Amino acid sequence: MLIRLELRGEASRAMVYKSPLIAVVLTLLAGMAMFWIMGTDPLRAVYAFFIEPVSTLDGVAELFVKATPLVLIGLGLSLGFQANVWNIGAEGQLTLGAIFGGGLALAFFDVDTVFLLPAMLVAGIIGGMAWAAIPAFLKTRYNTNEILTTLMLTYVGLLLLSYLIHGPLRDPDGFNFPESRLFHDAAILPIILEGTRLHIGWLIALFIAILAWLLIVKHIIGFQIRVIGMAPVAASFAGFKEKRLVWLTLLMSGGAAGLAGVLEVAGPIGQIVPVISPGYGFTAIIVAFLGRLHPVGVVLAGLLMALTYLGGDSAQITMNLPNAVTGVFQGMLLFFLLASDVLVRYRLRFGAARARESTT
Amino acid sequence: MTVDFLVLALLTIITASTPLVFAAIGEIVVEKAGVLNLGIEGMMIVGAIGAFAVAVTTGDPTLAIIAGALSGLVLAFIFGFLTLFLLSNQVATGLALTIFGIGFSALLGHGFVGKTFSGLPKLNIAGLSDIPGIGPLLFGQDALVYLSVASAIGVTWFLGRTRWGLAVRAVGENHDAAHSIGFSVTLIRLAAVLFGGAMAGLGGAYLSLAHTPLWVENMTAGRGWIALALVVFASWKAWRAFFGAYLFGGITIIQLHAQGFGVDVPSQILSMLPYLATIVVLVLISRDDTRARLNAPACLGKSFHASG
Repeated sequence: MLIRLELRGEASRAMVYKSPLIAVVLTLLAGMAMFWIMGTDPLRAVYAFFIEPVSTLDGVAELFVKATPLVLIGLGLSLGFQANVWNIGAEGQLTLGAIFGGGLALAFFDVDTVFLLPAMLVAGIIGGMAWAAIPAFLKTRYNTNEILTTLMLTYVGLLLLSYLIHGPLRDPDGFNFPESRLFHDAAILPIILEGTRLHIGWLIALFIAILAWLLIVKHIIGFQIRVIGMAPVAASFAGFKEKRLVWLTLLMSGGAAGLAGVLEVAGPIGQIVPVISPGYGFTAIIVAFLGRLHPVGVVLAGLLMALTYLGGDSAQITMNLPNAVTGVFQGMLLFFLLASDVLVRYRLRFGAARARESTT
Repeated sequence: MTVDFLVLALLTIITASTPLVFAAIGEIVVEKAGVLNLGIEGMMIVGAIGAFAVAVTTGDPTLAIIAGALSGLVLAFIFGFLTLFLLSNQVATGLALTIFGIGFSALLGHGFVGKTFSGLPKLNIAGLSDIPGIGPLLFGQDALVYLSVASAIGVTWFLGRTRWGLAVRAVGENHDAAHSIGFSVTLIRLAAVLFGGAMAGLGGAYLSLAHTPLWVENMTAGRGWIALALVVFASWKAWRAFFGAYLFGGITIIQLHAQGFGVDVPSQILSMLPYLATIVVLVLISRDDTRARLNAPACLGKSFHASG
């Protein structure tokens, strides 16, 4: 074999940070090849996809709007992933957060009080946590695989939203359209950049990122999460309560997703609609990995993934490309990231003979 | 009247179960070889659009079925290359496969929304297929339904009774031991992954060619994940997965016929049933920790590197 992998003595710290950059470059190249095959000018398409959307102030504001849920969910998921707890049902927890928080707004419709918004945010967090508590209970009590239960609950959550929006939550004066009333002003998040849709949720996401950083780097729980992920046996010898960490990581990631959900309905959407998220809960999985499960990385990765959403819309409008291109880009990015991550633990050796010399 | 209804219900069960049979049986071979591929949903949906695109363009059902299997196989190859040669994390790679597959299928299917296809031709044996009741059930199905039954029997036989089946199981139970007696762990696993991909592709093809012969984005609607749960439910045994799939098919008909019986439950609540049933089944199966661990292949989800 001409190229082979050789185990590194220890994982390369530099590669941990280089690998996302390699992945982004490879994704761009593969994306250009894809555009070329589809018969569009690759350079123009890449420009329309990645540059044009953020060439105006409005565009930049939209980038932060889209990054808000991605960063929030990505932060929560990265806590769980570090402890090998695979919550992949954030989309469902987001939906429940939107139902709880948005439901509260509708219950107190036209009640003008400053306490409503904070109460909605709390309700959203509780909604997401409640949905994540089911897999946490099933995993700790019955040893049930959380990958499957969180995902099944996502489908249940989306159907629940569909039922509610066609029934109890539907706008009574809405001509039977499956939409709730528009939230009144006291239930809408304040805008932080006049003339755009950028709302206070972005600041909340950054604040949560700092909290997550403090938790993972400075707090004993963060330490336990990291140990249990890297060395489960050592963790059990040290007496860490694994079940408690499963509960904690699922509740935290569920709560973050629920918060993202209520921020969506109280922010850019302004009402409850049948489709609240264009798959933020799934994209946030990529955000977590691309951000190296680290809060700072998650913020940066969230912005990049937000750009793929804007790019998809922009390419659809200016070049008439289907906006499904977004999903393809996101999938490719994760593929290339996982592929280049091999270089963290292994190095490439060219030619079998030389490799043998170096090991003796 | 009641016989007619029973036949109708059983026909619905067969239609609802067949995609699950394909996907679950394919994944059993993959997991028996020690690889956990969470990308079934992605391979199914790409198989669905691959088959449908060929069906609409050529009008040839056989070519369409082959295209479905090949589409799933190509996606599985990406997964196999990343996890087996580049040793990437299998859980993350499987998720990536699903995300990529859903996006890629939507991109491919852009031009096929609203197109129709007449559906797969059904077997018609003069005399036999006309027997009331049994006729349409046993002798009036399309080729994929018979293929799904054959694959359940074939995989049970392959894994339990053949030398290569033993090799697959050896690689899944203890890859170091299998490597030391001269099996190529990577190649055996790759073959299993590709087989699983082709089977998931066939499951997807059945959805877009026979179940609902048209293309809708996201039309697999979580069936790939249900198939994954079926593998655990079936304790990695192909024949059990077959019956498990039919059990799930049975749940879907409750959903379709409940309103016919005058049960006043909103359709969305009924649509939750397959997902809720999956959770209940998983809880019942995994409740007993030791039993679950005895049945699962010991090297499931672990990467293999010859030097390492």
